Amino acid sequence: MRKAITGHKAVAEAMRQIEPDVVAVYPITPQSEIAEYYADYVHNGIVHTELVPVESEHSALSACVGAAAAGGRVMTATSSQGLALMVEVLYIAAGLRLPVVMALANRSLSAPINIHGDHSDAYLARDSGAVQIFAESAQEAYDYTLMAQRIAEDMRVRLPVIVNLDGFTLTHTVQPVDLLDDEPVKKFVGKFQPVSPLLDVDHPVTWGAFAMPDYYFELKRAQQAGMEAVPAVFLEVQREFSQVSGRRYQGFFEAYKLVDAEYALVVLGSTAGTAKVAVDELRAQGMKVGLLKPWLWRPFPAQAVAEAVAHVKAVAVLDRAFSFGTLGALFEDVAAALYPLERRPILANYIYGLGGRDITVPDLIKVFEELPRLTQNEWALRYIGLRE
Amino acid sequence: MPSIKVLAEREERGVRFTGGHTLCAGCAEPMVVRTVLHAIPDPVVVASPTGCLEVATSRFPGTAWNVPWIHVAFENAAAVISGVEAAYKALKKRGLIDKRVRFVVCAGDGGTYDIGLQALSGALERGHDFLYVCLNNEAYMNTGVQRSSATPKCAAATTAPVGDVILGKPQERKDLTEIVVAHGIPYVAQAAVSHLIDLANKVERAMKYEGPKFINVLTTCPLGWRTPRDSAIQQAKLAVETRYWPLYEVIEGRYKINYKPKERVPVEEWLKTQGRFRHLFRDEQGKELMAQIQAEVDRRWEALLAKEQCFGGNG
Ligand SMILES: Cc1ncc(C[n+]2csc(CCOP(=O)(O)OP(=O)(O)O)c2C)c(N)n1
Ligand code: SF4
Ligand SMILES: [Mg+2]
Repeated sequence: MRKAITGHKAVAEAMRQIEPDVVAVYPITPQSEIAEYYADYVHNGIVHTELVPVESEHSALSACVGAAAAGGRVMTATSSQGLALMVEVLYIAAGLRLPVVMALANRSLSAPINIHGDHSDAYLARDSGAVQIFAESAQEAYDYTLMAQRIAEDMRVRLPVIVNLDGFTLTHTVQPVDLLDDEPVKKFVGKFQPVSPLLDVDHPVTWGAFAMPDYYFELKRAQQAGMEAVPAVFLEVQREFSQVSGRRYQGFFEAYKLVDAEYALVVLGSTAGTAKVAVDELRAQGMKVGLLKPWLWRPFPAQAVAEAVAHVKAVAVLDRAFSFGTLGALFEDVAAALYPLERRPILANYIYGLGGRDITVPDLIKVFEELPRLTQNEWALRYIGLRE
Repeated sequence: MPSIKVLAEREERGVRFTGGHTLCAGCAEPMVVRTVLHAIPDPVVVASPTGCLEVATSRFPGTAWNVPWIHVAFENAAAVISGVEAAYKALKKRGLIDKRVRFVVCAGDGGTYDIGLQALSGALERGHDFLYVCLNNEAYMNTGVQRSSATPKCAAATTAPVGDVILGKPQERKDLTEIVVAHGIPYVAQAAVSHLIDLANKVERAMKYEGPKFINVLTTCPLGWRTPRDSAIQQAKLAVETRYWPLYEVIEGRYKINYKPKERVPVEEWLKTQGRFRHLFRDEQGKELMAQIQAEVDRRWEALLAKEQCFGGNG
C-alpha cells in the first residue's frame, strides 16, 4: 500500500510490523517521533511489545542488551548525542553478539550543538562492531529496517545493525512509501531464535564474562568472523526481500549510470538522490558521469566497490563528517579498496553538508566538473558549500 | 523465615554460587551473594556491574555462577535487569515461558551510589519487578580502593589519601538508602554481612512485593578497610553496634529499625580496628575529626528513630 509518510513513520511502521518483544528508547531530535509513534502503538494495544521508557540512551541500549540476552527480540532508535552516550554499550552488544536493530536518525555531534543532519554520529560508531546500512529515502529506511532484522539475527552474523537515515531530510519529510502488508512482513522476519538465553533458567549461562589475554584475542577474532559473514547474508536477505516486496535490491550499493561512466561520485544516504539529478543533467549535456551509493557501509564491500569504479577516470568521495586529522572515513575506505588495482582512478575527497548545510544539484555538478581537471590524486580536503 | 539450616539445605540441593572464584580470602561478598540467592526459592537471573564480584567470578572460560548471570558494564546493571525483566514479561505474554523467575542485581557501591545511580533511579521509577542488592564495601575496591560516595568521612582511599594537609576523604558518605526510600518503592532495607539470617529474612520479605526492592548490605572488604582477613563478620557487627550502620527496613513507607543496640558504643571502637582510619589516632586533629564522625552518626541515628516514630508501625 502506497502512503505519503515521513521517514519516522516509515521506520515506526516497520517496527510495528516486526513487533519486537522489547523496545527501549529515549527521545532526541530528530529521532523522537519514532519513539512517540511506538509509544502510541503500545498505549493503544496495537503491539504486544514491552516498552521500556528509559532515563537515558545508555540505559536504552543497556536494556536492549539485557532483553536480547534474556531471549527477546529488541529494537531501539537514536541520534547524535544519544548514540554518543550509547557507544560504550554498542561495542558490548557487538562483543556479546546480540542482534539489536537500531534506527539512527543522522545528526551532527556537538559542539557546537546542532540538531541537523550529518554523519558524524554514524562515523562515531564506525569501529563499534555494528553493521551499518545507509538509506537514501524513507522507502529504503523502511525496507532496510525489515532486512536489518534478518541480517542481525542470522546465526552466521548475530550482531547489532544500525539503519542510518538522514535527520530531517529523511526523518521529517513526507515521501511516498510502499508499505507491505503485515502478514508477509511477519513471515519474512520470522520467529526470533535466542541463543543461550538468560531466561532458560534450567541451563544457566554466564553472559559478559571477563577475558584475559589468554582468550580475549580469540573471542574478538570470532566477532570479526561474524562481520565477515555479513556480505553473503546481506545479498541473500536482499534477494528474499526483493521477492517479497517486488522491489529490486541487489548488491552492496546502488550503481547509478556507473557502467560506462568516466567520472563518478561516491556518497552515503539521502544526498545520493540529489546526486542522481546532477548525473542526469550532466548526462543530458553529454558528460559521462555516474554514482555509487553504498547501502552497506560496515562491513565495507571493498572488492565490489573497486570493481565497480575501476574503469572510471576520477572519483570524488563525499564525506558528511570530518575524521579530524585525516581524510574522510568513506574516502579512506574507497582509497584502500582501490589500492590493489593496477590502474587506479584519480581520487578526491570532499567534505559537505555538516550540521545540516544544504547540498544542491549545482553543488554536485560543480564537483563533477572539477574531476576532469584533476591530473593526480588530491590529498588535501576539498569542501562543498563552505564559506572560507 | 529461612534458617541457616534451610539455606544450607537449599544450597546442598543446588548451589547457586560456587567456590573457585578469585575473591580475596576473607572477602565478605560471597557470603552476601550466597545468602541472598538461597533466600529466594524461585529460579533467579542475576545481573552484576563491573567490580570485584564480577571480575572474580566470571573469568572466561570459568564461572562461579550456577544461575543465569549477566555483566554488561559498570554503570548500567539496573538498566540491564530492566531489559531482562521486560523480555520476561513479553515472553510470558506470548506464552513462551510459564515459570516464575525472579530478577536480582548484585552490585558494588561504586556501581550503585555513583556511576550507576541514574540507571538505578530510572529502574526504580519505572517499577520493574526486581531486587537490587548493593554489596557496599565503601570504596572502588576492584580498581584499587579509590573513594566512592559511600566511603566514610576520613577513611583513607587511594584517591583520598592521608596527606599532610587533608586526612583521607573530607566528605561525609551519601545516605543512599534514604535516597532510594524517596523513590517510594515497596521495600527498602539496610543489612550487614554480620547478620546473615536478618539478611535472608529481608530478602524473603522483599520478594513478597511486586516492583523494585532494594537492600543495602554493609559488606566488609578486609583489603580495602585494612583489617585482618578473619575479621569480616566482626567488623560489620561493630558497625551495627556503634549505630554507624543501622539495620532497618522501610516497607511500603513504614520504618522499622530491626536492631537497637542497648548500649551506646562510640564509633571510635569501630574506627580503631581498621587501618583506613589509623591516622585518626595520632593527635588532636584526629580526635576532632572523630568527634565530627560521631556527631554525624548520632544525627543519622536520631533522624532514623524519629522517622520510625512518625512513620513506623505496621500500617
Ligand atoms: C565506565 C567505567 N568507568 C570506570 C571503570 C573502572 N572500574 C571498574 S570496577 C570499578 C570500581 C568498582 O567499585 P564498586 O562498584 O564499589 O565494586 P567493588 O569492586 O568495590 O566491589 C571501576 C572504577 C569501568 N569499568 N567503567
Ligand atoms: S578487594 Fe575487597 S571486595 Fe574485592 S575481593 Fe578483595 S576483599 Fe573482596
Ligand atoms: Mg565497592
